[in-house]
Amino acid sequence: MARLNADNERIAHEIIGRYPRKKSALIPLLHLAQEQDGWVTDEAMSHIADLVEVTPAEVLGTCSFYEMFKRHPVGDYHVNICHGIACHLLGADELIHHAEETLGVKGGGTTDDGRFTVEGVECIAACTEAPCLQVNYRFANKVTTQDFDALIADIRSGARSDIPPHGTLAKTRQSIPEERAAGPALVEDAQEPAWLSRNGSDQ
Amino acid sequence: MSDDMVTFNVDGNEVSAPAGKLVIEACEDAGVYIPRFCHHERMNPVGMCRMCIVEVDTGRGPALQPSCMLTVSDGMIVDTQSDVTKKAQDGVLEFLLVNHPLDCPVCDKGGECPLQDQTMAYGPGESRFVEEKRHYEKPIPVNDNVYLDRERCILCDRCTRFADEVVGDPLIHFMDRGNQTQVNTFPDEPFASYFSGNVVQICPVGALTAKPYRFKARPWDLAEVDSTYPNAMGDRINVQSSRDQVLRFQGVDSDAVNWGWLADKERFSFEALQSDNRIGSPLMRGGGLNKADADGDELVAASWSQALGSAAKAIADTTPDKVGFVGGARLSNEAQYAWTKLAKGLVGTDNVDAQLGDELPPHALLGLPRATVAEACQPGGVIVLIGCDPKETLGTLYIRLRHAVVEDGAKLIEITPTDTGLTNVASASLRARPGEAGTVARALLAETVSGHIGGVDEDALATARDLLGSGPVTVVLGRGSLSESVDSVLEAADAFLDVDGVRFLQAIGRGNTMGALDMGMSPGLLPGRTSLAAGQDAFSDLWPQLPNSDGMNTAAMLEAGAAGNLDVLVLLGADPINDALDPAVAAKALATVPTVIAVDLFVNDSVSKAHVVFPAAAFTESSGSHTNLEGRITAIRQKVTPPGTARSDLVIAAELARRLGHDLGLETPSDVWEELGPRSAVHGDVSSAAIEADVDGVLITATGRVAFAPPDQAVSREPVNAYALRLVTARRMFDNGTMVQQSPHLAGFAGQASLRVNPYDFNRVGVADGEEVRVSAPKGSVNVAARVDPGVPKGIVVLDYNRSGADARVLLDPGATSIDIRLESKGGKA
Amino acid sequence: MSIPKITTARWDVEDGHTLAGYERTGGYSALKKALEMTPAEVHEEVKTASLLGRGGAGFPAGVKWGFCPPGVWPRYLVVNGDESEPGTYKDRIMLERDPHQLIEGCLLACYALGLSQCFLYVRGEMAHGQERVAAALNEAYEAGYVGKNILGTEVSVDVVLHWGAGAYIVGEETALIESLEGNRGMPRLKPPFFPAAIGLYGKPTIVNNVETLSNIPWIINNGGQAFADIGEAPSTGTRVFAVSGHVNNPGVFEVEFGTTTFRDLIMGEEYGGGIRNGGSLKAFIPGGASAPWFFEEHLDLPLEKGTVDRAGSMLGSGAIVVMDQTTDIVKACHNVVRFFSRESCGKCSPCREGTSWLEKILQRIIDGNGRRADLALLMDVCDNISPGIAWPPKQTTICPLGPSAVSPIASVIERFADEFDAYLGEPSTEQAVEVR
Ligand SMILES: Cc1cc2nc3c(=O)[nH]c(=O)nc-3n(C[C@H](O)[C@H](O)[C@H](O)COP(=O)(O)O)c2cc1C
Ligand code: SF4
Ligand code: FES
Repeated sequence: MARLNADNERIAHEIIGRYPRKKSALIPLLHLAQEQDGWVTDEAMSHIADLVEVTPAEVLGTCSFYEMFKRHPVGDYHVNICHGIACHLLGADELIHHAEETLGVKGGGTTDDGRFTVEGVECIAACTEAPCLQVNYRFANKVTTQDFDALIADIRSGARSDIPPHGTLAKTRQSIPEERAAGPALVEDAQEPAWLSRNGSDQ
Repeated sequence: MSDDMVTFNVDGNEVSAPAGKLVIEACEDAGVYIPRFCHHERMNPVGMCRMCIVEVDTGRGPALQPSCMLTVSDGMIVDTQSDVTKKAQDGVLEFLLVNHPLDCPVCDKGGECPLQDQTMAYGPGESRFVEEKRHYEKPIPVNDNVYLDRERCILCDRCTRFADEVVGDPLIHFMDRGNQTQVNTFPDEPFASYFSGNVVQICPVGALTAKPYRFKARPWDLAEVDSTYPNAMGDRINVQSSRDQVLRFQGVDSDAVNWGWLADKERFSFEALQSDNRIGSPLMRGGGLNKADADGDELVAASWSQALGSAAKAIADTTPDKVGFVGGARLSNEAQYAWTKLAKGLVGTDNVDAQLGDELPPHALLGLPRATVAEACQPGGVIVLIGCDPKETLGTLYIRLRHAVVEDGAKLIEITPTDTGLTNVASASLRARPGEAGTVARALLAETVSGHIGGVDEDALATARDLLGSGPVTVVLGRGSLSESVDSVLEAADAFLDVDGVRFLQAIGRGNTMGALDMGMSPGLLPGRTSLAAGQDAFSDLWPQLPNSDGMNTAAMLEAGAAGNLDVLVLLGADPINDALDPAVAAKALATVPTVIAVDLFVNDSVSKAHVVFPAAAFTESSGSHTNLEGRITAIRQKVTPPGTARSDLVIAAELARRLGHDLGLETPSDVWEELGPRSAVHGDVSSAAIEADVDGVLITATGRVAFAPPDQAVSREPVNAYALRLVTARRMFDNGTMVQQSPHLAGFAGQASLRVNPYDFNRVGVADGEEVRVSAPKGSVNVAARVDPGVPKGIVVLDYNRSGADARVLLDPGATSIDIRLESKGGKA
Repeated sequence: MSIPKITTARWDVEDGHTLAGYERTGGYSALKKALEMTPAEVHEEVKTASLLGRGGAGFPAGVKWGFCPPGVWPRYLVVNGDESEPGTYKDRIMLERDPHQLIEGCLLACYALGLSQCFLYVRGEMAHGQERVAAALNEAYEAGYVGKNILGTEVSVDVVLHWGAGAYIVGEETALIESLEGNRGMPRLKPPFFPAAIGLYGKPTIVNNVETLSNIPWIINNGGQAFADIGEAPSTGTRVFAVSGHVNNPGVFEVEFGTTTFRDLIMGEEYGGGIRNGGSLKAFIPGGASAPWFFEEHLDLPLEKGTVDRAGSMLGSGAIVVMDQTTDIVKACHNVVRFFSRESCGKCSPCREGTSWLEKILQRIIDGNGRRADLALLMDVCDNISPGIAWPPKQTTICPLGPSAVSPIASVIERFADEFDAYLGEPSTEQAVEVR
């Protein structure tokens, strides 16, 4: 653990291969690391630095800019309660308060059993469903305090196997079959695409 | 007015500026200074701090614009004084101050801080910010010498841009986001850059400070003078002192040379000059109770009169051919001339050699058409790097070359045995096997070749060949490895001489080597890039004892000394025991020659064997001039007094001449130019006044009469034995050289020697990273720690030169084209 | 006139997100049609449509497409799916429910302009959206719609799904490009260079919003003129608005652009359904959190770009947030300012320092520690971020995020002075803070 394992390293190479410049794969690879370990370790960042040929400081510079990357262990279930303006208007603060009370944690803290981390987050794009939240980036809409308690109970009892552990984003990955790939458009390759030059363009 | 000038209006005045110039700079040229923090003329603009916003009208009405991001255009109206401009700038200043601590009284930067100055000049009297300020742990080290106080940082991106853009070491970086943004390193990965001190110089506030001068002085106590650092680049520096102590070197922005940058090796070496180990009085052999005793085993203090008398007597008592002078690259041009005149003109020996046989020979330094740094770095040019790694040996040249490639579209082709500091920006890297740079160069310039040549395949050669035609070619060449004969580099140079308009820039290692050669400090040479034979007429009037046959070089002098054939050996800032290619011969020579006279700053291993030692003034302690690798002569200016009774090298030469019954006729630096100018084919325009007059000094462009001598025949190549590895010995920035070792904040960087090995070969040896291995060459063997390095090609190993733990010289064979070694783990053969 | 559903037509189709469902409902017919046209003709249709960008700035897509400098290759397409502006909720649904429509739109853009590769940047938090897009792309590759030799022609373009990791600022197009290059998402200064000229990897790059591109297949199928005939020029076609907050029926609605009014959307039966609990309207945000707020008197303005701009706000990202009479205006204002302060990238000092200063002052006021002089101070700090506090905003910052934090304060500080007063307590004799 910590460095990308062999499977993930293979995926990493596949992802890197899609971009004209390796560094572009940084964010996807950091997600991969977080998916593997639940958070982004220093070892993983060093490994990624090697893979995309930048310094670890550059990887950390990028990693630390983005909210979703956790650089310390978090709960198995990361509960993000939206406190954006629409949710604010419809009781987000109360919901956050309730969540913190019932789980006994505050401001991004993790429960003692390591199951839940609760955080108020900025708008998660479900404003018409306010107040809303995400558990490991899976939505729950129009959440009342009762809904919240039921959700936590369901997760605890194992009834929410649809929610993957923290770090997993898309359960479906893009895969480009080799024979179907057009290949990255390399920056150095100053070629007008064939279809354009032949068909005539207004360019 | 030419086409590329535009006219714009600043604060009511019409001014003109080159098109494409940034408004902030064009205004400054016009005498209107716009405040700024993030803008730095030698880095790409980022427009982050917003301090430089001014109202600009380009025809659509006035609008606030960052003047550091905007280029001037015809008819543009810039108002740096309008109410809107002022309010915006005051607002930005206030924003920068809201989280900035008010610790100016204890801040190193206090007194030279633009933020403080701006605040005093325009700032709000009282802070309207009553909230809690941002807090960070007080100064944290980003490396051993540089400390970062994140509370003081205004996030101008100068240090981080420098690390990334200017030197390619992005090891400090912005971390976190928004109001929490901070500069930092990756955990346990320090800002290990040879150039880290520059970030302290360019930090506009006191966020970055350098340990070597933290809390040493307040800016208002410092007196300063512009001078030249006597390294081969001749970096322009500002020497700052307080109470007769040098406390700081800052880079000076010279267009021609270092653009304001310095490597740490130079920047922090001021400590060496202040060292207690400096020699403060003449020394002579002595025994107990400080009594002079020619056979004594210590050096004891002596008077100048005793020391000069003793030295003069030794010289007078023998014949000129038994006197030799080794060294001189540390000296100023003027001192070099004085010592050459003393040796060749008055004593009458041609046994004078400023070089120690570990660099390009004089004919290669003087006889090839030379480029300036600017020519080598011209936009769109092609730079061919042969045999050396400027990042390790010539820090600011590395910076200039890198800039040329990264920012100005120059193409770099490397012909080097291993990766260099420039590999990651090179357009083509031809990994010539040691000893085969010449073959590879010839193959590169041939119409077509097929197969593998000197370790390089035809495709790589073809790619590089395509680049060659894209612009004017400059060859940067140097002797990067001492385990291959210099002939391969010379053969490569010879091959490139066929390229139209080609020019050369020699990556010299030792400081004022170019000056030394120009001043005739080499067997067979006279001042003015002329030979002993050709120069006789010009100098015979003032140099009565001129010898008429060529003398010995350093290696020959040491051989002669060791064989008992030399009576006096004068060491001019030389340390043959540590620097000569054959340490055994050097040691024997110093033990055998009856009188060894040393002129130096420190008692090094060789000086400690001398019979008479003269304490010399350092470059901060005497005035003169320096010649850099381009042939550019710039001023060295005295700032402090030398320790004890130490004297300038020139004065020591004059005194010794007097004791020998001659008048050297040279008392001041300008005497030298008055005497030399009329006699030299290349120095006619040089005078002390001319050197003083221009920050870029005087460039010698005339070519002398020394011809480049290509190797007689194509260098013969030994086949590579399948079980052997070919050796590269490489100079590193930090080694056991005196200035590094005498600077407490640099000495530690030299570290232990290691052997770098390709992963493939490494696995064959079967040791762990860092484990000791035995390296055996035909001439000798050493034990050294081995490290995996993917930048080293298969079949090659690289051993650090002049570092502790393993003396690479025991493996060397100065005559060999290349040296193959065997590697054994302690457990057995690989 | 009944208005066709252009971008939301498949939202109710159970399998509309799959290739089968998409093809069954006319999917990829525009691509096939376009491949029979010249690239220039495709571009021409988009110009005729007068399709305004749906990401926020409302710049006509056809015109932007014309900004690529001739002869500079390769050119890239970057799809802005970073949707993070508070109140905005439309791109995510399009990604989840009709990913193929977006992919087809991307391919049409690439074909028209000779864009050699497309990066589809989806906001990190939208895990489900990423899954749907990934699945759709996998199907489309398999079926030959994307990748090498599309539908057997010489057109070859990869569409690469890329995703973010939580940073609102990355929605700004130059920050999006930085992020796509693996960097911190800090905006580049523009001018001098817009992405269409110098963008991803320094090459010409078209950045378009998810909704913008989702309109393209319809435009090619039905012709640019048919699109232009809907709405009120230049605000043509339909637009998707999210109506949230204190309404009876919060939701996402596709309506005719340029003619529908705020009143229709907020009060109309088939849309917002009026203020909840029979309450009254106190204020509403007309175009996402960056927009200056509107009130009762603005209800009858049409959802038309020019009209709303002239009234001092913007339609921005099509997000309407409604506040009823129970709303604590100071807290709501603080909420929005806090958002911008937390989401500031930190690159330029007025935004990095100014927005968090504003947030701290407002928090202090809410905590009961406000000073009367804080109101003037708030406005002066706003003025130092956005000189003149006018609309459209001037800025001392690099990008519009900083000035966005000014919008809510400037909108309410005078109008609801009594609510601020209530937090500040009785006017006292404390000394005024000097305002320069
Ligand atoms: C702070 C800021 C945030 C933005 N966020 C988004 C966003 O989340 N999605 C989006 O499409 N455009 C966003 N934009 C607008 C983009 O910069 C850009 O104008 C848009 O993506 C262009 O696409 P369009 O022409 O199709 O609208 C944002 C702009 C700013 C200044
Ligand atoms: S205005 Fe804010 S978000 Fe935009 S560049 Fe400046 S600091 Fe970053
Ligand atoms: S000097 Fe122009 S923005 Fe900093």
